[in-house]
Amino acid sequence: MLQIENLTKTFDPGTVNEKKVIDRLNLQISAGDFITVIGGNGAGKSTMLNLICGVYPADGGKIILAGNEIQDMPEHKRAKDFGRVFQDPLMGTAANMQLAENLALAFRRGKRRGLSWGISEEERELYRKRLATLGLGLEDRLNDKIGLLSGGQRQAVTLLMATLNAPKLLLLDEHTAALDPNTAEIVLNLTDQIIREQKLTALMVTHNMQAAIDHGNRLIMMDKGNIIYDVRGPEKQKLKVEDLLRLFQELSGGSGFSDSMLG
Amino acid sequence: MQFLLAVEGAIAQGLLWSVLALGSYLTFRLLNFTDMTVDGSFTTGACVTAICIVNGIPPILALLVSLLAGGIAGAITGFLHNKLEIPEVLAGILTQISLYSINLRILGRANQQLLQYDTIFKQLQNLLAEIGLKLSSDRVAIIIGLIFVTIVIVVLYWFFGTEIGSIIRATGNNEAMVRALGQNTENTKFIALIIANSCIALAGSLVGMYQGAADVGMGAGAIVIGLASIVIGEVILRRVIAFGSKMVAVVIGSIIYRIIVALVLQLGLSTNDLKLLTAIIVALALFLPNAVSKHNAKKARELAARETRDA
Repeated sequence: MLQIENLTKTFDPGTVNEKKVIDRLNLQISAGDFITVIGGNGAGKSTMLNLICGVYPADGGKIILAGNEIQDMPEHKRAKDFGRVFQDPLMGTAANMQLAENLALAFRRGKRRGLSWGISEEERELYRKRLATLGLGLEDRLNDKIGLLSGGQRQAVTLLMATLNAPKLLLLDEHTAALDPNTAEIVLNLTDQIIREQKLTALMVTHNMQAAIDHGNRLIMMDKGNIIYDVRGPEKQKLKVEDLLRLFQELSGGSGFSDSMLG
Repeated sequence: MQFLLAVEGAIAQGLLWSVLALGSYLTFRLLNFTDMTVDGSFTTGACVTAICIVNGIPPILALLVSLLAGGIAGAITGFLHNKLEIPEVLAGILTQISLYSINLRILGRANQQLLQYDTIFKQLQNLLAEIGLKLSSDRVAIIIGLIFVTIVIVVLYWFFGTEIGSIIRATGNNEAMVRALGQNTENTKFIALIIANSCIALAGSLVGMYQGAADVGMGAGAIVIGLASIVIGEVILRRVIAFGSKMVAVVIGSIIYRIIVALVLQLGLSTNDLKLLTAIIVALALFLPNAVSKHNAKKARELAARETRDA
């Protein structure tokens, strides 16, 4: 479904800060995969996601989505195929706009926007229903400005927005990292539920290794801009956090996870 | 009596200039874009109208041509910012300063009197006189101001409720999100700049006709007057959040600004000091809400401290 070939990205080339963040990375994602991505700080996890959706251009390599090379397309043109949820709950929504308006913007992701009214009555009904599935009581707050919602609520709404019209690939960039443990758990379970119900293909970066094991059908570990471990199916289900830590020590040559990763 | 007459003039001016404030509101607040084109595009509106009228084009048509000219000015700022990647403030300043030369070219001289020509103000005044309604020119200006302000607010309210308008509003909130939702933020800024500067040129056209002259220097400080209207409106109507009401607040802010100006002029302030006064008003209007909320926070802290001590 999505194929990444020899992808390379260097930040600040030619300066003292030069850093090779993605180094000849190869990855094959099949339709229906729910892949969790772990790795230390600076391993290139977020960069990989940003390269896939085009936040910045790759230096080299190919990104092939459903047979089409997309690595040279601008970000807004790729958006029709990707649903995204960011780490910062403020980044996925427009604070000064109503909940319903935000959903309406997302409902038109990748479509041509014209001069018809920004939101229709039937849509409101649809949004009410979809918000109800979150179980956060947001279905009664369609006309509230998003800025009035808590971080967790905003992140749940962003998740809904990203999946409102099924994306080819859902990209989750540590989307629960900024939330308190309880809310993170709720949003994570919602993520699982939505991906399962809509049979989405997803890539989820997380710092929480237990979550990386519990969710999805495949797990990849990254280090120094490349994938050092790739496991799926029953073998993944059997993993324990200690196994991952040990594997990381062996495979990364001992650079080690920080304590903060033992979430 | 004299002051009441001055207030009438102030309301007329406030309404006409509020069209400029509405344009500024779109870029400054809705798009979160510091657009410095204003001083130039406002003058362009007046100059284009003057030259059209002098050349025998009907005033209402001249108004539409001005609208178009303002849109082009906005497009140039958008081009400089989007395509040449010049920072937004500088892009606006470059357009503004080049418009000074262009406006001189349009007008062919530094100013153009319109006293002996027909304007929409005179036309309406004559029309009303024919049906036996003799109104002072300020009252006619109030009527025309109300008509145009209403049209502008209705059109903007409609446009910013459409799919394109919604995504422009979102651009002012969160550009990253807009791109993630498949919209080119360069385009949304471009459209907003065109619309905003069209409004501003429309205001220039109206003010030029009202004053009976276009002058290449008439736009100096227009941006600060627009900003003054916006912040006065926001300070006075602090609780309104809906887009339509916010635009009405801007209009009210513009009228209040003009009344303040009329008042201090009556009190004997020299017109030369007006720009300084305007800057002080804007500074105060921006500072006061912050000062009040800081004061309230301090009060709350003191109260909490006293309660803990008493407990």
